[in-house]
Amino acid sequence: MVTEDDVRYVARLARLRLEGDEARRATGELARILAHVAKIGELDIADVPPMAHVLDVTNVERADKPRPGLERDEALRNAPAVTDECFRVPRMSQR
Amino acid sequence: MSDLDPLRLTALEAKRLLVEGEASAAELTSAYLRQIDAVERRVGAYVQVCADDAARYAARIDSEMTASRGALAGLPTAIKDNMLTLGVTSTAGSRILRNYSPVYTATAVRKLFDEHIVMLGKTNLDEFAMGSSTENSAFHTTRNPWDLGTVPGGSSGGSAAAVAAGEALWALGSDTGGSIRQPASLCGVVGMKPTYGAVSRYGLIAFASSLDQIGPLTRSVGDAALLLRHIVGGDSSDSTSVELPSRIELPSAERLDGLRVGVPREYLQAGIEEGVRRRFDETIALLEELGAGVEELSLPHTEYALAAYYLIAPAEASANLARFDGVRYGYRAPDCADLGEMYERTRGEGFGPEVKRRILIGTYALSSGYYDAYYGQAQRVRRLVKDDFDKSFAAVDLIVSPTSPTVAFGVGSRIDDPLAMYMSDVCTIPANLAGLPAISLPCGLSDGLPVGFQLIGPAFSENAILAAAHALERAIGFDPAPTFRGGETVEATTEATS
Repeated sequence: MVTEDDVRYVARLARLRLEGDEARRATGELARILAHVAKIGELDIADVPPMAHVLDVTNVERADKPRPGLERDEALRNAPAVTDECFRVPRMSQR
Repeated sequence: MSDLDPLRLTALEAKRLLVEGEASAAELTSAYLRQIDAVERRVGAYVQVCADDAARYAARIDSEMTASRGALAGLPTAIKDNMLTLGVTSTAGSRILRNYSPVYTATAVRKLFDEHIVMLGKTNLDEFAMGSSTENSAFHTTRNPWDLGTVPGGSSGGSAAAVAAGEALWALGSDTGGSIRQPASLCGVVGMKPTYGAVSRYGLIAFASSLDQIGPLTRSVGDAALLLRHIVGGDSSDSTSVELPSRIELPSAERLDGLRVGVPREYLQAGIEEGVRRRFDETIALLEELGAGVEELSLPHTEYALAAYYLIAPAEASANLARFDGVRYGYRAPDCADLGEMYERTRGEGFGPEVKRRILIGTYALSSGYYDAYYGQAQRVRRLVKDDFDKSFAAVDLIVSPTSPTVAFGVGSRIDDPLAMYMSDVCTIPANLAGLPAISLPCGLSDGLPVGFQLIGPAFSENAILAAAHALERAIGFDPAPTFRGGETVEATTEATS
């Protein structure tokens, strides 16, 4: 059974701030959804190899030819904050 | 040229009018811009209409591109707003990308630009394509042109509504669990999800990378073939894209003699509405009249497919959406004391409720201690779902079902019940899990609302699906012009900017 602490833990893993009663509401919703999807646990299929992908393609490579990449100005065009041709972010931790 | 009917004109006919000089690109584009002026306030199909650019480009096609026109030159097209368009805001229906101006164009869209289509605008969708009604858009809810009090389906609800309402000749959508076919079904248009890998996903804002495919929403099966022909193909920027074994043909089949069609009994137990069932049964009778042999079959793991999907898709989404952190593009929460707070508040304030729900489910399913019971088990079920199809396609050529268990439902009627909303996709999800091509075409009305008929084929059987759908479409004779009953003006809750 999912608890509100579980939801807060998972939200922290996902770097997702939940405000107000969001965590409480999410707990109920997740519990219902997980109860529904838990039906796959009925199947005794430990010997079935998991399928991550439908296409049987591995190690797709292209010719190793130089080509123009994204210009720095273009890459920075949508940035919320820029300094000295870099993305600018708040400090890593409080002193 | 004054008798263009934007509600009924097909792209194939529009192309003929342009090639034979019976209409100009400017006339064609202005017919659609006029229809947008007339109905968009009630339908809300678009996040952004590019009226001036569209009119200007259409005029250029008429005046400058007389000798070297692309195969789709002058055809007015709508693009779902989760596909990147250079310099044209691309929001994915999310507050977090409200002002995002892409620095490149998605491969599928670029291929259409190379053939000189006219882009009318970017269509509304559930945020990051997560939803079945467009109610999860951060901007507004699109309305169904058949009944403005109902939803158009989703997530490509804007594209489906735009085509149905005559606000575009045709449109591109994307389909992760039914996001092209279900809105096509609810809006009475044709929608096709190609085989996984047939169309490059480069520049499609990723939701669940092993399931997402771009495809056409159109007013006819022939149009779907024409649009699909020009977006397929391998792309060095998407290592999962491949070349099709054969070119997409424009369908011409009138008879279906010898075609073997299977009806999976599990799909008819999935809470199918009575009116939907009646139209489905009539369409099965038409298939038989056209010469097809119809038999019942079983896809025994169907009841587990929805559950597997609602673990796999959120798991992939939780990883894909990690990139939205407020550092390089998109929304950033203001006045944050440190980096950790910026990540958490940016994502908490930037994402809507359904996206947060799926990030939480996905992160939970991938977290230590639960990974094998949820994600690992879901991947095993995925293989069983695919094996069911592989076995069935040894006995039949195509599998058919209703596209959606119900016709369009009322705005607000499912938004507080995620599981009821997820059930909208119960008949469409298995084809995504197995990577198979599938089409939805309108097969009649129930209570005045369109019903969709789905055909699923083996991998890379697009031509066979299109041929059968074309013959059926002729036999059904559906009139695509919607009734626009009920409704009021669509209010944007947050204005997208360009």
